[in-house]
Amino acid sequence: MKPRSDYEGSHADKFYRWLHGEYDPFVGKLELREEQPENPPATDGQSINREAMLRMVDDWAHNREIRAFRVLYKIASVFMCIAMMVVLLITVANLPPFGAATNPAHNEVMVRYLEKGIDETGAVNAVTGMILNYRAFDTFGETCVLFIASCCVMILLMAEEGHSSDGRLETRFEPKDDPILYRIALFLGPIVFLFGIYIILNGHLSPGGGFSGGAMIGAGLILFCNALGLEQTRRFFNEHIYKVVKVGSLVLYGITMSYYFFTGGNGLQNIIPLGTPGHLISSGMILPINIFVGLEVACTMYSFFSLFRQGSL
Amino acid sequence: MAPVCNFPFISIVLSMMSGIISSVLPGKWARRLTMVLLCVVIVLSGGVLAFTMQTGDSFTFAMGKFTAPWGNELRGGSLEAVLAVFFALVMLLSLIGGKQHIDTEVAESRTSLYFIMCDLMLASLLALIYTNDLFTAYVFVEINTIAACGLIMVRQIGRTYVAAARYMVMSLLGSGLFLIGLSMLYGLTGHLLMEPAQSAIVLLRGSGHYIEPLVVTVALITAGLGIKSGLYPFHSWMPETYGYSTAASSAILSGLVSKGYIILLIKIYYRVFGEKTIMYGKISNILFVFGLLGMVLGSLSAMRENDIRRMIAFSSVAQIGYIYMGLGLGTRAGVVASLFHVLCHAVAKALLFTSATGLSDVSGGYKRFYHLRGAGFRNPVAGIGFSVGALSMVGLPMFGGFISKLLFSRAAINDPNKMLPALVILAISTLLNTVYFLRTVITIYTPVHEHDQHRAFRDNPGYGIAMTFFIVLTIALGTLSQPLVDALTIGLGLFD
Repeated sequence: MKPRSDYEGSHADKFYRWLHGEYDPFVGKLELREEQPENPPATDGQSINREAMLRMVDDWAHNREIRAFRVLYKIASVFMCIAMMVVLLITVANLPPFGAATNPAHNEVMVRYLEKGIDETGAVNAVTGMILNYRAFDTFGETCVLFIASCCVMILLMAEEGHSSDGRLETRFEPKDDPILYRIALFLGPIVFLFGIYIILNGHLSPGGGFSGGAMIGAGLILFCNALGLEQTRRFFNEHIYKVVKVGSLVLYGITMSYYFFTGGNGLQNIIPLGTPGHLISSGMILPINIFVGLEVACTMYSFFSLFRQGSL
Repeated sequence: MAPVCNFPFISIVLSMMSGIISSVLPGKWARRLTMVLLCVVIVLSGGVLAFTMQTGDSFTFAMGKFTAPWGNELRGGSLEAVLAVFFALVMLLSLIGGKQHIDTEVAESRTSLYFIMCDLMLASLLALIYTNDLFTAYVFVEINTIAACGLIMVRQIGRTYVAAARYMVMSLLGSGLFLIGLSMLYGLTGHLLMEPAQSAIVLLRGSGHYIEPLVVTVALITAGLGIKSGLYPFHSWMPETYGYSTAASSAILSGLVSKGYIILLIKIYYRVFGEKTIMYGKISNILFVFGLLGMVLGSLSAMRENDIRRMIAFSSVAQIGYIYMGLGLGTRAGVVASLFHVLCHAVAKALLFTSATGLSDVSGGYKRFYHLRGAGFRNPVAGIGFSVGALSMVGLPMFGGFISKLLFSRAAINDPNKMLPALVILAISTLLNTVYFLRTVITIYTPVHEHDQHRAFRDNPGYGIAMTFFIVLTIALGTLSQPLVDALTIGLGLFD
């Protein structure tokens, strides 16, 4: 048995005392510091020191590890790109040749789209018949992509009410009395709008449709906004009208689509008449849907522009 | 046709319409609309589940008057219905549990936009689950990507902008590869609907033409969806994304969004390429290796983390690795294990993120372990929730994670070549999980002297309800798993 003096200070004693809470192995050995507030209020001298320190820490030019990594990164990315290119080019070379009659893509699907498309959808333009009738669900999804993209830009760029009230953002890009731009916009704007409307309304008869016509109308709105200024544009297109048009057209689109899916999926009679192919009022639901898509696309185009420009509509 | 067959279509269109209508509603009403929508979707999907379990068969629903090779189609089976119910439930509970943070972290002018993102995210997840058409899948993958970016950056701090930008770049790379793969697949088969495409591929394989492009197509689609779901070497966007967005967003993103892509991948494997093509291309072996790597390296990164949210995010990397490991086994049993782990991880991860924010709320908003000491006493609900989630991830019996690990090892035993690596890595990964999760549990239950009273747990009934449901779900997954596994097995069997 060890004498008492040997026991005191041994590990067993420390452990025993630690169990009873009399001893703390960290007392006196570990320094506890209060957390420093980040970014101390910077006086001039301190901020210079801080800058110098940051420069030293982020000394990208002379940090060997970062330099080695960058070189390696460049080599690896070039290698990856070349490898991908080679693989994809070889694959494309082995794909079925473009336009050959024996291709797998020339099957009953294509034949029915082209041969029976006019009778079944009422659209002379086969592409419109495909995207708005045979594969209508995809196109509804695609329109929702535009909708959600404009919502995302709003999350990112929409100015808070307080910020826009001083008007600085809104006036920064106002046109500066440019007579050429002004005259030309007055002359071209209506033509652009008319052509856009024409393309939307004739989507089922000739090349075009809601997406392209809507983009044209959106471009016309952007031209007006740049030439006439925000004040004038807001007289006929402001946030209120934007919301009514966008949500109205999307809701009507959704209702039309639901009706079509419901009747189609359950084998019920669809009461929307197809009309005579080739007439303006024909092809059943394709014409209204083209209009809805066109309105939605025009609103989205203009909202992208004005959110990036001044953070509001 | 039974009226139930309309339910998948109704739930998708309802979610899209709610998103559209929410854009003119004030934030409060948009939230209520989303809650009602989620409840309706749960009920409808429950109906589909009951119907498909009763008939023991799947059904297709033509979106429009044109059937299979010409028009879009949805398909419902027991597997799809189970996933839809779980996804909607997890989203509902995450939104209820994260409500307080949505109120404080999301600007009032953007609250309704936040719920638009939630609605459309739900629509896209449902569409990815139910779709029977490859191009519909791509369209909703796009919606999913954009909605996820919105969910991340709606909390407007610098970190989330960086995270959203990084997520966007990686995710669009994935979408691009997926789209190239789809275009090649269309060129080879001439079909976008899954069943005709599969018969075309069977013909192609029989004729022996175009085998190399087919393999490249499988690789491109796998790489695209793998990047988007955060498979191991492509996981660099995960910690930022899950670590700094608002609590409900983290729970939705890690629990559901990455899973949607995995479900789509499984669908494409089994319903388009067929098991034999996958085996021929040796893709399953590659997935197996990447899965194993992710299981270990994700856990190692999680051990080094000092911030609770980032630690959970790295743990997701490991769990995604588990799922891909199961896929990589290349057997039905392995895929069923993966699917079960999808459900189990969705619930547990959402629980962990929700409880982690609850813990840091009572620790002055800090997320470092140092500040979290004793948080389990200050917020008992979050403490219990975190412990349950951690135990489930570690794989203790009675919790969901145990069953999925059991299923994984059972599936691995049937494969003579992959048995040893799978079991060894499973054991190592479990050990690593234990180290970092139990360290956290011990940290939050380390008593500290209360020196300031203002940290006291604020009473928040919604949070308590959500946590209770999450805990019950986790335990139910661990104790009543057999019917669920049966439903998944039957549903997967109907994929042929």
